[in-house]
Amino acid sequence: MSEPLVFHYEVDGSDFTSAGTASVAVKKSLRQLGLPSEVIRKLSIAMYEGEINMVIHANGGTADVLVTEDYVDIILKDSGPGIPDVEKAMQEGYSTATAEIHSLGFGAGMGLPNMKRYSDEMSIETELGVGTTIKMRIHMN
Amino acid sequence: MKVSDLLNNGFEEITLPDGDREINGVYIGDLLSWVMGRAQQDNAWITIMSNINVIAVATLADTACVILAENVELPDDIKAQAEIKDVNVLKSSLPIYETAVRLHELLP
Repeated sequence: MSEPLVFHYEVDGSDFTSAGTASVAVKKSLRQLGLPSEVIRKLSIAMYEGEINMVIHANGGTADVLVTEDYVDIILKDSGPGIPDVEKAMQEGYSTATAEIHSLGFGAGMGLPNMKRYSDEMSIETELGVGTTIKMRIHMN
Repeated sequence: MKVSDLLNNGFEEITLPDGDREINGVYIGDLLSWVMGRAQQDNAWITIMSNINVIAVATLADTACVILAENVELPDDIKAQAEIKDVNVLKSSLPIYETAVRLHELLP
């Protein structure tokens, strides 16, 4: 596995029930590759939170997963409204989601904190009115 | 204890594609991100949520089974998704607390 393996997904922003399609697909592919189950679990949860965020806030986006021998990268990119206050958004419990989202079990203000919790490195680039790109890295060991 | 061992002990099968899975503990919650942040792999997850996202969360968090307390029903289309994604779903007629107490009595 000298060249990184790349998986690319489009996240459909219109349909809340299909959120998670990409994460579940990645999980399946990485299982077939024989990656450690804890790495797969961390990655798929972090990615699912990202997918949910893109559906709630940004009308969808793209998700790319790069697998190398030493780490897995997840790059989530959207053309949504951007995050006005990243520091606030990173706080557990802070949410701007609507009541409808809450009724589905989301909007607990745990999305970004969970992404940080389950990745070893995380960076957020965001610009109001332009979009947000989040990069997460999970080490194999 | 295996998921299938719960069946004769007050829990009813909704889907059981992987009944041999071992349960190593219990987590309770309805806020899905909270569950993903806190539940451990191979936990039995007690909830009253029964929408499609529950199946995705159970898959990704790798819980041993979902237990719907308070006789919550799982819609047929979601049941079909649980079968496809190999997610065990059981039902309990007891309230959440009593469901957890019952599990506590059963788990080694």
